[in-house]
Amino acid sequence: MFVTPGFAQETPPALDEAHTVEDTDHGGGGFPPFQTETYPSQLLWLAITFGLFYLFLKRVALPRIAGILEVRRDRIAQDLDEAARMKDEADAAVAAYEQELAEARRKAGGIAQEARDSAKTEAEAERRKVEEALDAKLKDAEGRIADIKATALADVGVIAEETAGAIVGELVGGEVDKKALAAAVKAARQ
Amino acid sequence: MATDPIHQFQISKWIPIEIGGLDFSFTNASAFMVATVAGAGAFLFLTTSSRGLVPGRLQSISEMAYEFIASMLRDAAGSHGMRFFPFVFSLFMFVLVANLLGMFPYFFTVTSHVIVTFALAILVIGTVLVYGFWKHGFGFLKLFVPDGVPGVLMPLVVAIEVVSFLSRPVSLSVRLFANMLAGHITLKVFAGFVTSLGAFGVAGAAGAVLPLAMTVALTGLEFLVAFLQAYVFAVLTCMYLNDALHPGH
Repeated sequence: MFVTPGFAQETPPALDEAHTVEDTDHGGGGFPPFQTETYPSQLLWLAITFGLFYLFLKRVALPRIAGILEVRRDRIAQDLDEAARMKDEADAAVAAYEQELAEARRKAGGIAQEARDSAKTEAEAERRKVEEALDAKLKDAEGRIADIKATALADVGVIAEETAGAIVGELVGGEVDKKALAAAVKAARQ
Repeated sequence: MATDPIHQFQISKWIPIEIGGLDFSFTNASAFMVATVAGAGAFLFLTTSSRGLVPGRLQSISEMAYEFIASMLRDAAGSHGMRFFPFVFSLFMFVLVANLLGMFPYFFTVTSHVIVTFALAILVIGTVLVYGFWKHGFGFLKLFVPDGVPGVLMPLVVAIEVVSFLSRPVSLSVRLFANMLAGHITLKVFAGFVTSLGAFGVAGAAGAVLPLAMTVALTGLEFLVAFLQAYVFAVLTCMYLNDALHPGH
């Protein structure tokens, strides 16, 4: 209350000096937001622009955005359902696969066992054959050794006769009857 | 004149129109109202025109604004409040875009005039009153009678409630108006220091660094205020509309 009259006295001259150019432009001095002569124009144009803006948003823009969001929400729900269905399918496929895998494993085990058995019997047959061949060779070799032994033993008799003949001849002198010598050697060897 | 911080709020006639002795001229303020409305409307319309299932950046902005206001209104006024959604959304977008447009140098700030913000506030309070009485009849007056108040205090409490209700349009409009006005004046004053100090040679130019830094910081702050005031306006609108919908609380 004390300040306002003071302002009222001071302000008009100051405005006259500093704002002469603007005052001719805009008409009326004072602080622009409080220039009441501009109010009708501002209110009218605010009503026109804001009214049109409100109608445009209400009729066009907001229903469109709402539609976009609605479609997206539906689409997401639909996609989630689809995903759940696909997951079920995938689970079923996994179960089937695992069952098949177990069966295949069992079958593979059977095949391996069979192969192992047949390999074992084959090896056994082979081994038997080889053993028989070895036995035959062994017997053969034993026969030959017996022959050689017999021959050698026979040879031992002749050598002994000769040696005995030579020794007797050396000791006694003169010829020794070979038949008698042979008989003596034979008797000595037995 | 260049450094006069008030000059930016001056209204100049572009197309003089006079009807019945009243001045309805198309002014710079009118032009920026049109620009605000056209800009916001075109943005919302064009960014959503592809109706992308996967939104682009600009479409995301429109959708975020929509969901931001929708959740604000639903939280404050419940699902019944959604009938006012176009109204609240229009108010928010109008104030926000007007504030942001005003941040451009040489642009006029529509919301820096108290008559504009007061008209918007009266629109809000008028909607609350009309809808409240139409929906609840005299039951709407329960708004001024809180539950659980002792009978002795009742006249005092009712008087306080009435005064607080009547002061709402004033506080709603003055808050927005004063914030925009003060912010733009401060910005202009500090920016004016830069040029006037710069005229004093090298020392002045060196000293002008400080107000320049202040101007940069204030510009950031003003962008925050531009958004914040639009948000506050919309939130308070939602709360007042809630009174119209549920006066018993």
